[in-house]
Amino acid sequence: MIRRFTVLVLLAGLGVVFFSLWNGYTPDSELNYTASYYANQTAKDVGAANIVTAIIVTYRGLDTLGEVTVLFLTAAIVGLVLHRDKRSEEETLRALSPSGELLMTGTRLLVPLILLLGIYVFVNGHLTPGGGFQGGAILASGVLMLLLSDPLRLMSSRLIAIVESTSGLIFVGLGILGVVLAGGFLDNRILPTGTLGAMFSAGAIPIIYSVVGLKVGAEFSSMLVNLSKTENL
Amino acid sequence: MSDLMIGMSLLLSGAMIVAAIMATRGKRSLGISILAAGLVGLLASVQFLLLDAPDVAMTEAAIGSGLTTFLFFFMLRRLQGGEHD
Repeated sequence: MIRRFTVLVLLAGLGVVFFSLWNGYTPDSELNYTASYYANQTAKDVGAANIVTAIIVTYRGLDTLGEVTVLFLTAAIVGLVLHRDKRSEEETLRALSPSGELLMTGTRLLVPLILLLGIYVFVNGHLTPGGGFQGGAILASGVLMLLLSDPLRLMSSRLIAIVESTSGLIFVGLGILGVVLAGGFLDNRILPTGTLGAMFSAGAIPIIYSVVGLKVGAEFSSMLVNLSKTENL
Repeated sequence: MSDLMIGMSLLLSGAMIVAAIMATRGKRSLGISILAAGLVGLLASVQFLLLDAPDVAMTEAAIGSGLTTFLFFFMLRRLQGGEHD
């Protein structure tokens, strides 16, 4: 009784907070100083058709490096906690029932398409919505589908680790090249910005975002592979 | 935001609440609860699209409704397969 009453009071309080927020909300009639700078100068400065990408990869590039690092730490900790030796792995997995025909056939058909979509999303990050993080998550869902249909499939953690660390190194290397050749860390103008909206435009943004996509995909995949191999559930 | 958009987002919000109730209180099966939780994420990504935030919508669709649902099913399978331990 008293618990239910507390829940109701909390819900009512939340309702009051949201109602007062909604009540006092008036949309801005024009963009504020920072936003209007981004909206007007991005095409000229950076050459990316997608302003969100330009902000994530260049103006706030260091934040993106931080986010990727956080994700890397998470993957590393998951690997550390769930680590176990190779011998008992296969015994656990063999005990599972085999997947259905529908899942196996569907996986064979869908996984290449999912991987292609993921790559499309991060390669076109500077032109269309989406980018490294979204594309990486799509790649990882393809990997997860493979694991779901056949847990015994040998997912090479070594390959994942190589992809992850190589793309991380390329990301930081491009950032340092920006200091040497252009205006600062992660400046994309180490390559010509090209025409706005073309595939090869926006300087180094497509390369950086592809690398971020591969890194995010590899990190998610390594977490999933570790989860699938553990028996500490 | 036009009236049509407001109506659509209200409708979506209602559907999200129904799906969330199905996900948390559903007694039929765990699989249906997981699907309902994925549906909440999918409808949320449509809401983001209506609010002109396609980048956020893609993240929500890929992670909130895609990867999470898959992961839950994966773990459900692991748990049901390993009942003898």
